[in-house]
Amino acid sequence: MSHRLHDNRDPSAGRPTLYVCGLRKTYRDVVAVDGVDLEVWPGECFGLLGPNGAGKTTTIEICEGLLEPDSGTVELFGLTWKRDGAELRQRLGVQLQDTQLSERLTVEETVRLFRSFYWRGPGVEEVIRMVQLEEKRKARVGALSGGQKQRLAMACALVGDPDLLFLDEPTTGLDPQARRQLWELIGRLKREGRAVVLTTHYMEEAERLCDRVAIIDHGRIIARGTPGELIGRLGAGHVVEFSVDGSREAAPPAVLEAIEGVVAARALEGGYQLRVRELHRAVPALLEELRRRGLAVTELRTHSASLEDVFVALTGRHLRDG
Amino acid sequence: MDEALISAPAGRRRLLWLLRPSLVQLTLVRFREFWREPEAVFWVFIFPILLAAGLGIAFESRPAERLRIGVAEEALGKILAAEPSLAVEIMTPAAAEQALRRGRIVLYAATDSAGTLRLRYDDALIEARAARLLAERAAERAAGAPRRVPVADEVVHEPGSRYIDFLIPGLLGMNLMGSGMWGIGFAIVDARRKKLLKRLLAAPMSRAEYLLSFLLARLGLLLVEVFALLGFGAWVFGVPVRGALWELLLLCVLASLSFTSLGLLVASRARTIEAASGLMNFVMLPMWVFSGVFFSSERFPDTMQPFIRLLPLTAVNDALRRSMLEGAPLVSLGPQLAVIAAWLVISFITALRLFRWR
Repeated sequence: MSHRLHDNRDPSAGRPTLYVCGLRKTYRDVVAVDGVDLEVWPGECFGLLGPNGAGKTTTIEICEGLLEPDSGTVELFGLTWKRDGAELRQRLGVQLQDTQLSERLTVEETVRLFRSFYWRGPGVEEVIRMVQLEEKRKARVGALSGGQKQRLAMACALVGDPDLLFLDEPTTGLDPQARRQLWELIGRLKREGRAVVLTTHYMEEAERLCDRVAIIDHGRIIARGTPGELIGRLGAGHVVEFSVDGSREAAPPAVLEAIEGVVAARALEGGYQLRVRELHRAVPALLEELRRRGLAVTELRTHSASLEDVFVALTGRHLRDG
Repeated sequence: MDEALISAPAGRRRLLWLLRPSLVQLTLVRFREFWREPEAVFWVFIFPILLAAGLGIAFESRPAERLRIGVAEEALGKILAAEPSLAVEIMTPAAAEQALRRGRIVLYAATDSAGTLRLRYDDALIEARAARLLAERAAERAAGAPRRVPVADEVVHEPGSRYIDFLIPGLLGMNLMGSGMWGIGFAIVDARRKKLLKRLLAAPMSRAEYLLSFLLARLGLLLVEVFALLGFGAWVFGVPVRGALWELLLLCVLASLSFTSLGLLVASRARTIEAASGLMNFVMLPMWVFSGVFFSSERFPDTMQPFIRLLPLTAVNDALRRSMLEGAPLVSLGPQLAVIAAWLVISFITALRLFRWR
C-alpha cells in the first residue's frame, strides 16, 4: 500500500531532488565543510558516511535550511531556500540529531502538533500506524524507550508526506533490535518512492539502506558510489586481521603483501590488516610465513570486505576512532 | 488517508485566523505542559493563596491587645495593673533585661531610691511607646493628678485599611510577575536546550504563532489565577474589590503581557535552565524587595523613589491597590499604566531583536 498522496507531483523529472555544489562552511577557524558536491535523485536513498566531526551534520543542516553556507549552491526540487523557503519547509521531512520532544505530551498530541504545521499529509492515526506506535498512542513521550522516541521523531518527519527526508544519525545510541526496526521503517519509506538523505557512522546501516553513499572526512568527500562499487574498488573481497607476539617490525607490510592472494597490507593499532582476494589460499600462506619467521599468532579474524574497510583503506583510521 | 484532516493553506482564512489549527495546537501544548507539571500548578495557584492565608492570620487585626510589661515591686505592680491595657508581671531587673531583649515584655518599670518612676523601653517600638504613656498615666492617676481634657474614643474597623487588604493586591502583582516571566522563560529555554526549538523551525511552523501561543495560554491561565486569589481574599478575609471588575481584569492582562515580554527578553539568549534561573532571579529580586509586595515601597528613602516607581511591579501593585481598595478608575491611573506599557513595548522589541532560535 502506498502512502503517497500525489505521485509525480514534481514537474521537473530528470532534475535531481537535491543538488549541492561547492558547499563551504567555516566556524571561526575550523573548516567544517570544505567544498562538498552532491546529487540525490528521486526515490534514492543517499548516505553521508563519516566519523564524528567529519562535517555530516553541518552539510545536512545547510540542506535543511537551518544553517547558511559561506558559499556554494543548494537546490531542492530546483528551488532554493532564499526564494522558496516556505514551500520547501512544506515538502521536506526532517529528523535532527538528538532532539528531545516534550516529555509531558503524549505520542498522539506530539504528532497532532506537527501535523498542524503542514497543509497536506496523512492523518495523525495513519502516521502513528506507519511508525508502529499504535499501542503507545496515549503514552507520554517521557515514558517511551529510545527506539520508540526515535520512531516518534520519524513520525514527526512524515506528517507532511515529504518528497525528501533528511535523517541525521537516525539509529545512533539504539540497541540492535530497535535499530533493525528503524531500518525496516526506512526501507518501507524508500519503497514508497521518497528520496532519503541519511548520515551515519554505522557502515552496516549504510550498506543495508543506501543506494549510493559518499564518504566524508574532514569536510571533504573522499569517495562516492554504490556500496558495492566502493567495496569492489578495494580489489579484494575479504579482510584478514591478526596480531602477533613481538615487535611491530617483525612482519613488515611489504613482506605481507608478497604473500599469495594478499592485495594490500597495513599495520594498525595493535595488529595488521590485510585485504585478501582468495581467503583459502592466503590464510595458509600467511600462517606459514609467520611460522617461518618464528612469530606466534595471538589473534586472527576474517570478514567480508565492508564499507568500514573502504574507510580504513582511504584514511588509515577506523570510523569509530573518530 | 484521512481527508478530514487535510486542511487548505490556512493563511487564506483571515476571519478565522485565531482558529488556525497550528495556533490552536501550539496553545493547547502550552496548557498541557503547564497542567502536567504539578510544581508549576502549585507555585502559580496554591502558593499565593497559602501565603495570603499565613500572612493574613499572622497579621490579623485583633481586638486591642494588652501590652505586656515587667515591674520591679509589688506595690508599683498594683498601681500599673489598674490600667486595663497593661498586663503586669513582677520580675527582677536581670530577668527583665532578658525579657526585653526577647520581646516578651515591651517595658520595665521600677521605682528608684529618690521615688522616681524609671521606665526602660526601646523607643523605636510603637508598642513600647504606647506602654510608656499608659504606665505614666496610671502612675499619675494613682498620685491623684486630675484628667485635664475629657476624651471620647471612636474605634473603627474598616475593610481596606487592614494588612490583608494591603497584602492581597501585592501578592496578585507578585504572582502576575512570577507566572508571566517563568511561564514563557522556562518553556523557551527548555525547548532551546532540548533542541526542540530547532526542530520546530525545521518544520513549517510560524515563529510568530509560536510566541503568540504563549500569550494566549497566559491569558487563559491568568483568569484562573486572578479569580482564585481574589476569590480567596474576598471569601476568607473580606478583601474589597471597589473598582470595576472588568477594569481590574484589564489591568491584570496588561500587567501579565508586560511581565511575559520581560520573561521573553530574559529567555531570549539563555541556553541552560541554570542561566535562565539566575537571570530571572536577578530581575525579580529587586522588585520583590522594592515594589511594595509585603510592605509599602514608600518606606525607602525619597532619593530612591523615582527609580522604584519605574519598576514594573511597583506600577502594577500601585495600580492594583488603587483600583481594588480605593475604587480608582483606570483613567486616573495614567502614570502607572504608562510605566507598565513602556516595559511591555521595550522588552518585547528588544527580545525579538536578541532572540536566538537555536
